[in-house]
Amino acid sequence: MTIQTSYVAKTLLESRPRPESMREKLLSGRKITGYVLLAIWAVFFLSIAVFLYVSYDPDYMSRYRPKYLYGFLTTIELVAMSVALGGILSLPIAFGRMSKIKLFNRMAFGYIYFFRGTPLLAQLFLLYYGFGQFRHFWQDINMWWLFRDSWSIALLSFTLNTAAYQAEILRGAIMNVPKGQIEGAQSLGLPKFVTFFKIILPQALIVALRPYGNEFILMIKGSAVVSIISVYDLMGETRRAFSQTYDFQAYIYAAIFYLICVEILRRLWDLIEQRLTRHLRRDNG
Amino acid sequence: MDYYLTLLSFGATGWGDEIAHGVLFTVSLAICTLPVGLFMGFFLALGINSKEPSIQRAAKLFTIIFRGLPELLTLFIVYYGGQILLNLLFQHVLGMEIEVNSFLAGMIALAFVFSSYASEVFLSAFKGIPQGQYEGAFALGLPWFKTMRLVIVPQLIKLALPGLSNLWLILLKDTSLVSIIGLTDTMFATGLAARNTKEAFFFFALACVVYLALTFVSSMALEAIEKRARRGEVR
Repeated sequence: MTIQTSYVAKTLLESRPRPESMREKLLSGRKITGYVLLAIWAVFFLSIAVFLYVSYDPDYMSRYRPKYLYGFLTTIELVAMSVALGGILSLPIAFGRMSKIKLFNRMAFGYIYFFRGTPLLAQLFLLYYGFGQFRHFWQDINMWWLFRDSWSIALLSFTLNTAAYQAEILRGAIMNVPKGQIEGAQSLGLPKFVTFFKIILPQALIVALRPYGNEFILMIKGSAVVSIISVYDLMGETRRAFSQTYDFQAYIYAAIFYLICVEILRRLWDLIEQRLTRHLRRDNG
Repeated sequence: MDYYLTLLSFGATGWGDEIAHGVLFTVSLAICTLPVGLFMGFFLALGINSKEPSIQRAAKLFTIIFRGLPELLTLFIVYYGGQILLNLLFQHVLGMEIEVNSFLAGMIALAFVFSSYASEVFLSAFKGIPQGQYEGAFALGLPWFKTMRLVIVPQLIKLALPGLSNLWLILLKDTSLVSIIGLTDTMFATGLAARNTKEAFFFFALACVVYLALTFVSSMALEAIEKRARRGEVR
């Protein structure tokens, strides 16, 4: 008996090394792949840094730095304005999409389908060159100032475009609010207006927060196409700098600008989300 | 009316053939990009899911960069940067001159963007597959590749399809950007026609109609595919 227990204790209870196959090898295939990939990135970034260092030119810098900053501000201004205006415009469209009246429903559906189904570039060209073709008509109704100017056309087409996307986001979020919330409000005798602004919208906006952030980022990236109709945003200034100097660093600086901008926005949105959903979390009391 | 029909006719007087070629180009560019983007996206997702932190970091860096850059800028960087790089390699080292194929440049740029978004879709699809599936495959003694091919991927496709169909529609629209580096896609052909005939509204509206038709047809096809993927489910 004692022999047996000591045998059991020896073979089963004593700690043994892990079987061969479970032990981590010092250099597995996975590790080698990972380090090789990281090395490729390191070489890539290093060569960009070296390229920027070698082609550093104080004249170039002093000439283009203010232009880049100006272009950057133009991009931000364009995106912020069109997202805000598009947000306002998206309200009636989202309501139309949820409306029981067939005509409104169809119209909103058509609007959304058109703007989500065609490239932003095509919409921009249609508004700028296409509508610009009817110059006399616009002059007759005193609207030519709008269609003459590439900046206002960019703003208009971005507003129309983002309104379609934002309407879908808003609709999805509103549909996501449980029906009981509306029924509860009704049974309390709240008017429809109050129900919408005090009960449905606050809950819907929390759901919509993340998609709105994504839409913002997509607009910043999408705004680069306005450089094609000669609006000098960040991309427009970059293209101008490149066409004047044939110096590739123009594009690298633009990439750095865009990446920083998007990353800041992403972090900012995370903070906003943390703040606005703090009542939904259990951990921090 | 007749005037617009002659504008659209095939042959010397009309722009129909140019635009039809453009549409064909748009579709073939998107179709060529799709498998490359899917393949890269799948491996990016595997990389981000990897236990090895160095692989994770490398894959994440890729997605952060190509999801943060505007598609247009990515295109320019691949096109002009690729040209400079190839010049550097071939002219100075081998003494040859090689020109970047702009179709290839467009395809690579679009595939980079597509794959970084696709990795996100695959990643959330991976989350939908229970751990027991891997353990079951491991218990059966399946090697990694077979586990993927026979057990994980068939389930993954079903979960990823809605997200991927969305990305396909985005890809189809993003192909319009290649007209800016001079590729003869739909946008380029209609733009050419608009400039030559001074009928900008007609031709750019036509471009919009073409893209709408393409999205319509592909969303029908995607719906059919999704339905087929769900055929094993209990209704």
